[in-house]
Amino acid sequence: MTTSFQLNGKPAAFDGDPETPLLWVLRDHLGLTGTKYGCGVAQCGACTVHLDGKNRRSCVTPVGMVAGKAVTTIEGVAGKTAEAVKAAWVAIDVPQCGFCQSGQVMSAIGLLTAKPRPSDTDIDNAMAGNICRCATYVRIRQAIKDAAGVKGARA
Amino acid sequence: MTAVANRRAFLAGTGGLTIGLTLPLGGARAQAMSAPLQPNAFVRVGTDGLVTVIHKHVEFGQGPATGVTTIIADEMDAAWDQMRIAFAPANDPLYKNLAFGTMGVGGSSAIRESWMQMRMAGAAARAMLVEAAAKRWGVPASAVSVANGVVSSGKRKAGFGELAADAAVLPVPQNPTLKTPDKFVYIGKTFAKVDSKPKTDGSALFTQDVRLPGMVHAAVRRPPAFGATVKKVEAGAAKAIPGVIDVKPIPSGVAVYARDTWAAQRGAAALEVDWDLSKAETRSSAQMFAEYSAAARTPGRQVEASGDAAAALAAAARKIDATFYFPFLAHGPMETMDYVIAKKGEGIAVHAGSQFQVGEMRAICGVAGVPFEKSELIQHYAGGSFGRRATPVMFDGTEAAACARAYGFAAPVKVVASRENDLTGGYYRPMTVHRVQAGLDGAGSIAGWDQVIVAKSIMKGTPFEAMGIKDGVDGNMVEGANDTSQYKIGNFRLGQHLMDTKVPVLWWRSVGHTHTAFVKETVIDELLTMAGQDPVDGRLALLKHERAAGVLRKAAEISGFGKRAVKKGRALGVAVHESFDSYVAQVAEVSVGADGLPKVHKVWCAVDCGIAVNPDIIRAQMEGGIGYGLGHALYGEITLGEGGQVQETNFDKYRSLRIGEMPDVEVAIIDSQEKPTGVGEPGVPPIAPAVANAWRKLTGKAVRRLPFAHGDNS
Ligand code: FES
Ligand code: FES
Repeated sequence: MTTSFQLNGKPAAFDGDPETPLLWVLRDHLGLTGTKYGCGVAQCGACTVHLDGKNRRSCVTPVGMVAGKAVTTIEGVAGKTAEAVKAAWVAIDVPQCGFCQSGQVMSAIGLLTAKPRPSDTDIDNAMAGNICRCATYVRIRQAIKDAAGVKGARA
Repeated sequence: MTAVANRRAFLAGTGGLTIGLTLPLGGARAQAMSAPLQPNAFVRVGTDGLVTVIHKHVEFGQGPATGVTTIIADEMDAAWDQMRIAFAPANDPLYKNLAFGTMGVGGSSAIRESWMQMRMAGAAARAMLVEAAAKRWGVPASAVSVANGVVSSGKRKAGFGELAADAAVLPVPQNPTLKTPDKFVYIGKTFAKVDSKPKTDGSALFTQDVRLPGMVHAAVRRPPAFGATVKKVEAGAAKAIPGVIDVKPIPSGVAVYARDTWAAQRGAAALEVDWDLSKAETRSSAQMFAEYSAAARTPGRQVEASGDAAAALAAAARKIDATFYFPFLAHGPMETMDYVIAKKGEGIAVHAGSQFQVGEMRAICGVAGVPFEKSELIQHYAGGSFGRRATPVMFDGTEAAACARAYGFAAPVKVVASRENDLTGGYYRPMTVHRVQAGLDGAGSIAGWDQVIVAKSIMKGTPFEAMGIKDGVDGNMVEGANDTSQYKIGNFRLGQHLMDTKVPVLWWRSVGHTHTAFVKETVIDELLTMAGQDPVDGRLALLKHERAAGVLRKAAEISGFGKRAVKKGRALGVAVHESFDSYVAQVAEVSVGADGLPKVHKVWCAVDCGIAVNPDIIRAQMEGGIGYGLGHALYGEITLGEGGQVQETNFDKYRSLRIGEMPDVEVAIIDSQEKPTGVGEPGVPPIAPAVANAWRKLTGKAVRRLPFAHGDNS
């Protein structure tokens, strides 16, 4: 059975069980390995992609569900917000081991696309599903604020 | 400055300055292995002017790749953007850790052990480039200078690339002149890490990302209890899953091979296995805690003693008698353990993020039944370790080798541990119990201190046993509590019990200090409160090491400890601890959170780690250490339930710190000319006791059991 969808702006197809999580279709079949496996149960956010522009955990998204939709991964994410987030990330050296970071970056881009000037609470809520075992959270928060051009410390 | 350089570029090296990128891989590898010029096994200068640093340690986030690049670039006076980084192959003669005698890293030693070696390597390369320029221009070497990647004498200038071929034929200076610290251009400054960009845009290659032609994916069904084995397997249901290719028994369980990870994981779950539990660890954590705390009531093997603690305590005016409980902890690196193994000639090619490259390769080759000498390690970025990868004979690596071998090496085999296998598979921070009796004399001074530590030894029965266990005393278990570590206490005794269990244990970020610092810093805080003394001034009067006092004063100063009003409902707690030759003090501002657990608003941290090679990496490691330590202090617990089965199977139950729980962090780095020391671990030990000390102020309750989420059932 073939599932067709848009992947980073181009047509893509997967021939197999439509229940297969999008994560493994991306990684094992289509060769896009920037999207990571961290838990498989929607707890860590390492597998975050954009589905029709919104944050989505690909490990719990059956590929059948994305038929006809647009999937964007870290490899293909582009535009002003995406560039601002990535530049802010590199400028203050957010990554440590780096393994969670494509998911963090995708979630942050999703957040700023929906809320260009997020409060600390917005950041806490939007990023709560992205675990960083290296605890780079201080810099993740800072980079999101830098990308959004918002200042101010937490209370 | 990006990414790991093309492997061809680095394998082209033969030791010394190596020119050109044209050697075929196989031959170049052999030459690299037999390079006679060891001081320069770390630097490659190409005709294109790129300087590649061959990094001998694994890089999983603590920044040694950037640190080592910084040191070499500085001694060479290279331009930062001409620097590249590549990972070393498994080769002890060239790349051993000088402190260990084999390749590997741990104990926050990457920079500490290689500081002089890397400076020499960089300085030698620089001297050769200078000599080549002097010869070419007919001037004395003393008339040639180097700055920012340009070699010059008067009006004449040349890049490294133009001089590399000439330099390569010169003898390697054995004792090149090193810079004096005032000449450092990169060391001590903050600038971009070598790997931030590829780790931000998803292009950094981890083992999980390796794909080889024809590769199959394997998942392993492991036993439900430590030490259990397979009795009988019924594989029909697994084999019926679309995409599953084969099922094979292996020593650690049953392997399922499939066309993708998902089918492999589903297949592993669908296996019906009859387990033999007769030799398994079937005690629960609760039973083990009971046995450990009973042992803690007896003196144990003496680790050290001074004065007469028993007599002093008998005569003490006031006393604390407390038992502390620390659970098993999983490391939970973000990337689970993973390997790709493929046949290559008479040996194998192993893709991994290996921390003990040579030891691990030997173990893997042993299980695979192929010669180590004919095999190759291809090292990748590793998605975290925190100690999880810190063993030469890693269960996961040998399991992957068994998977590849059981498949007859018919295809490259990739084994990515499920998060469930990662969390339930052992290699935990040992469960540990302490009992402390301590007391004050009539004048309010500490009269005596008697402490007993009970845990399973990490090193017993491993290749590290001879190094780590002396006269029956396990150094890792008592580090931070021994040497009457950090306070002047007249009457002191420390004892130890080594316990046995089949639960595999391992170093966990800051090792023994994870529990010894907690006990030392909470008990001293209580004693000072009892004596009516200030937590900072009281510690300062007792600290043995001036550098410890220095960080404590600094943390107190930047936090305004005792000098400012704290918001209503909040309190400050302090702790100071030395580990891995570095000194760290932290002050935590804490309130009672909505969930009844500590809410940590801000942490002020002072660190003295000698010369600050890259201050921003030091800050990042303090931030990360605080977050890692806090997350586990609040939530971290691996629990063996009835029958010995691990209860925490994924991040829903093994809770991780999340962004909203991360405090703001302010770091002060002490200006120092001492040798640089580690920063990956020393940020961890003080945070839990600093929070607990604030918690006691807020609630009146002393914390005897971690994590906080466990509740007070000690
Ligand atoms: S892998 Fe999808 S949330 Fe963890
Ligand atoms: S950078 Fe290592 S898990 Fe986030």
